[in-house]
Amino acid sequence: MPGLEDLYREIILDHYRNPRNRGELETPPAHRVEGFNPLCGDEIVLYLDLDADGRVADIRISGQGCSISQSSASMMSAAVKGKTAAEIDDLTRAFKAMMSIHENSLEGAETTEPIEAPDVKLGDLEALRGVVKFPVRIKCATLAWNTLAQGIEEASA
Amino acid sequence: MAVSTDPIDGTRLKEQFPLLSREVHGKPIVYLDSAATSQKPLSVLSAMDDYYRTINSNVHRGVYMIAEEATNRMEIARALVRDFIGARSSSEIIFTKNATEALNMVAQSWGRANLVAGDVVVLSHMEHHANIVPWHMLVAEIGIQLRWIPLDAEGRLDLTDLDSLLNGAKVLSVTAMSNVLGTMNPVRTLTDAARKAGAISIIDGCQSVPHSTTNVQDLGADFLAFSGHKMCGPTGIGVLYGREELLEAMPPFLGGGEMIRDVRLDGFTTNDLPWKFEAGTPPIAEIIGLGAAVEWLNGVGMDNVRAHEIELTKYTMSTLHERFGDRINIHGPSSPLERGGVFSFDFDGLHPHDISQVLDQHAVCVRAGHHCAKPLMKLLGIGATARASVYVYNDTADIDALADALDATGAFFTL
Repeated sequence: MPGLEDLYREIILDHYRNPRNRGELETPPAHRVEGFNPLCGDEIVLYLDLDADGRVADIRISGQGCSISQSSASMMSAAVKGKTAAEIDDLTRAFKAMMSIHENSLEGAETTEPIEAPDVKLGDLEALRGVVKFPVRIKCATLAWNTLAQGIEEASA
Repeated sequence: MAVSTDPIDGTRLKEQFPLLSREVHGKPIVYLDSAATSQKPLSVLSAMDDYYRTINSNVHRGVYMIAEEATNRMEIARALVRDFIGARSSSEIIFTKNATEALNMVAQSWGRANLVAGDVVVLSHMEHHANIVPWHMLVAEIGIQLRWIPLDAEGRLDLTDLDSLLNGAKVLSVTAMSNVLGTMNPVRTLTDAARKAGAISIIDGCQSVPHSTTNVQDLGADFLAFSGHKMCGPTGIGVLYGREELLEAMPPFLGGGEMIRDVRLDGFTTNDLPWKFEAGTPPIAEIIGLGAAVEWLNGVGMDNVRAHEIELTKYTMSTLHERFGDRINIHGPSSPLERGGVFSFDFDGLHPHDISQVLDQHAVCVRAGHHCAKPLMKLLGIGATARASVYVYNDTADIDALADALDATGAFFTL
């Protein structure tokens, strides 16, 4: 039986209590995007400042949510600053692979094949590995990432 | 210590509910989410299983014996529901998929035939999305206007300006009991005011019908919607009660078999009530299950159900306040007599997802989120709450388990 220590690692609680990059950016030039967790109760607003090369020059996070969604968003913000859309895409896929989400299958459905993940360092994000044992909370962990992907797509359009 | 005036022994009643004897994470389950859906007694499960094993056949169509039996049992269930809510005639009992469908049916079927651009529909700030979204859809489709009854600081309807809100309105549609705050609204006062203003009244009875005696004549409502799965019945079955004259005048909702009298290449005529509003093969097993649920509740006695809930509400409020003081905030009216056994709460500044996660480790089942009432959540200034709710099979031990699990939750998230 998975214990709560698997889910609530100290680093997660640290990011929850001291979230990085909270606030807003002026839009424009930044792009604002909102995301809602289908497991209702988490809402996130991202402000993305993309430079001429398509790198995330700056990012801020607003909104309210649970420790998993908020810490994931906080860790994400630290991880994507300065990265290009392609690097962020790799990072996102690596994160989702850790969440056992296969791009081609139904979200959360079991797959016996090992998932192909880009060879990317997840750093602090590794702490969220335990979320996999609590499938209902996977949506909490991926909320920020899905919102980010949507935001980058909208901002680049 | 005061003598308990609780006529129901929740601990004994649990024995009739197979699911309540199971374990979760190695502990006996403590189910405190009946506001979301209720557990089912064995008699309901047996009735549905028996239907499928012995008389399963399509209704209103067959001449053969089991078809007649199935039809009979279904219409007996309808009569049971009729008497359960004090309706005058079985023609006034429409079976739907759930209360949401029932409310959509009134909005679409009655609404589109009777409302034009600029017509006013009055709702309240505490409504469930099922009693908000269908009206938003009519705003877009027809151009009706919405007005909202506000709330007071305790989470009751603020009726100060009721008459002016209803002035010129065509519809008043409100909940009898809030699924977030537990507030029990003065339905008769509301329906009288609506009638006086020349408006029809629609009551969302999802939380009220399962938890206390309902009589539509006393309520004075033109329409009442409720779901079977919140009153010990199966999912997939709901009821729309409507006054016969209104239902007669309404155009049908869904078209197909069953709801017609005649179909030709150039048109159709509708069937009599209630079947005019029941297109296609009905959820026969579920209707029979609902009938069995009504019988079971009648056996317990709805006044007893309410009395039990008042006792549990008193116990819950006092236990949680005594043990947690300022750390817990329970939304809604503070008097147990003004509220049902639905408790949305804030605890230790923790997010409901996290609270319910730890509670789950202790086999305590509560709900986390918006409870399909985002406008209300926004008004309360919160993103989400945790919500515990009680029903006939809960006892004080369940509340003690909730309190113990909250203790553990607080301890887990403290540095």
